[in-house]
Amino acid sequence: MNRQQTQTVAKVVITAVAAIVVIPIIYVVFYTVARGIQAISWDFLTQFPTNGMTEGGIFPAIVGTILLTFGTAIAAIPLGISAAIYLAEYATENRLTRAIRLAIVNLAGIPSIVYGLFGLGVFVLFLNMGTSIIAGALTLGLMTLPIVISTSEEAINTVPQEFRVVSYSVGATRWQTVRYQILPQATPGIITGVILGLGRAAGETAPILFTAAAFYVPQLPQSMFDQTMALPYHLYVISTQVPGMPLDIQFATALVLLTFVLSMIVVATIFRTIMRRRREW
Amino acid sequence: MTDSIINIQNISFTYGDGTEALKNVSLKIPRNEVFVLFGPSRAGKTTLMRLLNRLSDLQEGATHAGDVEFAGQNIFNKNIDVIALRRRIGMVFAVPIPLPGTIYENLTFGLKMAGIKDANTLNERVETSLRQSALWDEVKDRLDDSAFALSGGQKQRLCLARSLALEPDVILLDNPTSGLDPISTSIVEQSLTELKKQYTIIMVPHSVQQASRVADRAAFLLDGEVIEVGGQAQIFLHPKEKKTEDYVTGRFG
Repeated sequence: MNRQQTQTVAKVVITAVAAIVVIPIIYVVFYTVARGIQAISWDFLTQFPTNGMTEGGIFPAIVGTILLTFGTAIAAIPLGISAAIYLAEYATENRLTRAIRLAIVNLAGIPSIVYGLFGLGVFVLFLNMGTSIIAGALTLGLMTLPIVISTSEEAINTVPQEFRVVSYSVGATRWQTVRYQILPQATPGIITGVILGLGRAAGETAPILFTAAAFYVPQLPQSMFDQTMALPYHLYVISTQVPGMPLDIQFATALVLLTFVLSMIVVATIFRTIMRRRREW
Repeated sequence: MTDSIINIQNISFTYGDGTEALKNVSLKIPRNEVFVLFGPSRAGKTTLMRLLNRLSDLQEGATHAGDVEFAGQNIFNKNIDVIALRRRIGMVFAVPIPLPGTIYENLTFGLKMAGIKDANTLNERVETSLRQSALWDEVKDRLDDSAFALSGGQKQRLCLARSLALEPDVILLDNPTSGLDPISTSIVEQSLTELKKQYTIIMVPHSVQQASRVADRAAFLLDGEVIEVGGQAQIFLHPKEKKTEDYVTGRFG
């Protein structure tokens, strides 16, 4: 083979491998849409499940997932962004910061069921929150923290060092530099990371299994100390626990969850693209 | 030389990687003159400048010995207000770096951070500093445009104006004409004559030629050491040291 041929073969192989990655994703999405779309209706989205969940809608599960996602955002965003600012702008490289970074990497690697057990032990039982939205949101928030921290830190580090030097040189303090120069520039990246993290949290079952999710609740949650239905858990329940469950309702539920998570990712991507285009440097 | 505004005494500076950038440097900078620090690369010019307003603090792991007195105070004194020091010793960098935002925002950022909010004061400082840096006529109608829309030469004068807006005592100019065309360069050089009436200017020049054009007084640095200090005529016409003469006449460097 001459160099030209090697080039061609390499290109074909790499394209094929890339396609292998893409095909299952497209397949999953199309299959879910194809199987689920018939059962989607206005009633399905706005009604409570009826007749042992084999009929009716998934309204309380949708509301529950939205509430849990909001709660996760409230729990994870302030803490995560503060930690990222500390690591990127304040911490000097020493044993403590290395330990913190190692902890963050490890947090990201912990299986989600372990977060669920941790949430059960600490939030539900020890802090006596009971199976509740707040316990679930805190558990999901904890799980989302490493994503928020590492993407935010990266966004902050992407802001050129020159802006910091200039800011200090005109007599800005460190906090003023962070607040007025660094954060405005890093915000698009931070928001993107936060949305991606929340998207992942919204689709998780294991962390809310023991902390927030209910099999069936006949009314919407009245406070954050109530338990709630949630899309991923509802999907798990109707797929494994309910005999005679119509398959199209399962796929319709999956489709709603998938749409919820994917639309968050799409929003994050569009937002990032717009903000990057607007950036001056 | 009784009225020196900055008195550098036996300053040595070592970077975190062990590089000795300055070795026992002593200099007295007189008020209201253009003081030029020149020499080949790695002579320590920029390091010395960044030490004077303690931007050197940003260098992790770097150490220094010696003292710098500014207006009678040791700038390394624990009780010194570094933020206030940087407002009194402004700096313009080799590469002009506007902050993201408008021309107006660039000029008022330092003032706002210092707590000045009065719109009249801000407007007045903007106009004065732009006039001093010979940029007013070009940008007075587009103060709300992005600072990144300016040309290279305009950006550099904007950065100069940004320092001047704080009404400092000293301005550090680190090779301010490095990326500029000859016309922009000469505008900047000419503005120095006006500026030194009000400010003390310490400048790293672009070339020996520029050094001899703008300097009232000059120090020749080589490998972190001061080889010779003197008035413009001494350094550029009758240097006492062989190394200075060789460098000024272009025999090395």
